[in-house]
Amino acid sequence: MEPNTQKLIHSFGALADLGQEIADTGDFIEMVRTSLHLLLGTLAIRRGAVVECPSHLDQTNPLALWGLGEGYEARFSVDDETKAAFLACETGAVAVHTSAAHEPSLVSFLAAHEAEYREQLIELIVPMIVRGDLTGLVLLGGKASGEPFNADDIEVIRSMVRHIGVGIHTHRLLAEVKQQAEENRRLYFDLRAIYRDTVRAFAAAIDIKDKYTQGHSDRVGKYSEIIARELGFAEEAVEGMAIAGYLHDVGKLVVERDIINAPYRIDAKQSSELNRHPGAGFEILSPINHPYADIPLSAKYHHERMDGRGYPDGLTDTQIPLGAKIVTVADSFDAMTTDRPYKKRRTFDEVVHDLRRNTGTQFDPVIVSAFCRALLKELNGETRERKFLKMLGKNYLDARKDAPLLVQLLSELDATTQSAAAGG
Amino acid sequence: MLTRAEGKHLGEAIKSNVRSHCVGTTAVVYASDYLNKLTGERIERECKKQLDSGARALVIDFSDTELVNSIGISILLGIIDIAEKSGALVVFSDVNDETVQLFEMLGLTRHVVLAKDEQEAISGLATPPTQSHIIGH
Ligand SMILES: [Fe+2]
Repeated sequence: MEPNTQKLIHSFGALADLGQEIADTGDFIEMVRTSLHLLLGTLAIRRGAVVECPSHLDQTNPLALWGLGEGYEARFSVDDETKAAFLACETGAVAVHTSAAHEPSLVSFLAAHEAEYREQLIELIVPMIVRGDLTGLVLLGGKASGEPFNADDIEVIRSMVRHIGVGIHTHRLLAEVKQQAEENRRLYFDLRAIYRDTVRAFAAAIDIKDKYTQGHSDRVGKYSEIIARELGFAEEAVEGMAIAGYLHDVGKLVVERDIINAPYRIDAKQSSELNRHPGAGFEILSPINHPYADIPLSAKYHHERMDGRGYPDGLTDTQIPLGAKIVTVADSFDAMTTDRPYKKRRTFDEVVHDLRRNTGTQFDPVIVSAFCRALLKELNGETRERKFLKMLGKNYLDARKDAPLLVQLLSELDATTQSAAAGG
Repeated sequence: MLTRAEGKHLGEAIKSNVRSHCVGTTAVVYASDYLNKLTGERIERECKKQLDSGARALVIDFSDTELVNSIGISILLGIIDIAEKSGALVVFSDVNDETVQLFEMLGLTRHVVLAKDEQEAISGLATPPTQSHIIGH
């Protein structure tokens, strides 16, 4: 093969590899190191370095070095004047020992580092210019052949350096975009956390009005969250369900305090006053622009029943939004497991009995199943956090006795949902 | 039998995936395909380690290297550089014809000796055969 042809093939191979290397968005430093090797190897240049000139600094920052003295860092101060001189540099490559005459504006820069270049055997400095900015510099030693750089060599070097410059520039842009996105993400999470805290504080205010059920809204929020997660909701929707739970009784704020706190079963008139709270909650929540869907509807329909005998609208099964169905189960479970003015909380046996009796008429079996599965997981020690234990107190549940009750109920619910699916 | 120091070096070479062994004060390092990627820097580090621990000559063996690209050239120049700095000789063994042409064209052959194979490289270097002991086999 003609030596020239072989040289061309070798250079083109390197250029192709370089293009691929730069397009690769992997490790930045590896990209620059590989690019430097490709550049050096193309013309068998014995040593070199790629340094960047960050726009906010007047000092270069080494990115890759090869064949230079141990501990040598290639850090130069590059003031605005020097930057301007490199940008205006006509030949596109500065021979450090002979260029001073042709590049008068670089005289002081070259003189300042003369000794360094001699010691490190650096012969050429090539500015990396991208979109009119000095992205960095490439320092090069001599060729292994001992021949001086010719015009063709300089052309190859310049085009490869341009490639590397674009790679570094693109990387910087990407890094900026990533940082911006990361900041936005953090801001978004902060906002969500603040929102949740605000809503919880608000829920505590709702519960203060009802002195017998302190913490009720907070627990309903947590039970709703557990159910939603068990149902496989996306994390954002799970959080939405927690909020819906915290706020489900917000309408009680407009109901007479005496009725809420009545230490006896209330009469029909009082009952209809109390039954205003879901509608009132909807009125309060609707004008607010929530980041999560369906929060006002969950408040409005959390006293609806599958059989249509609930309030305020007497909706049936599929007419009731899923969120409201979740809150209903969470709300009822908390009502059963906390002391009320007129009755003590029920034992877990009784709770399971009530769930069984009311599923299909009051509760959706899918929701009750999810609830039971989540509780069973905690009883079996499969969860990291013991959320039920925290809410129900230490002595309420007994895994040995209660887990079989849940297993039994779950298998019955499975049978019901399966036959319903087969029948429908 | 390996000396302790040799055993340690062998271990490190395996850890860095670079195949190498010593014959007296000559270190034989296999270029393999690592040479043509950034991983080739490991070969240079291995050579440096061998020189630091007393190797007076380096044999870079190309028997399982089909072609050498620009990255490989740059890595080899780095090896030549550190060898020159420590006054050690560099021999390239078992280089195929096309690669020899490339080395000649780029001027690498001005800095190294070429040998037909590893054996010729080792016997060409002035190492008395009585002192040689191949390790790692
Ligand atoms: Fe309610």
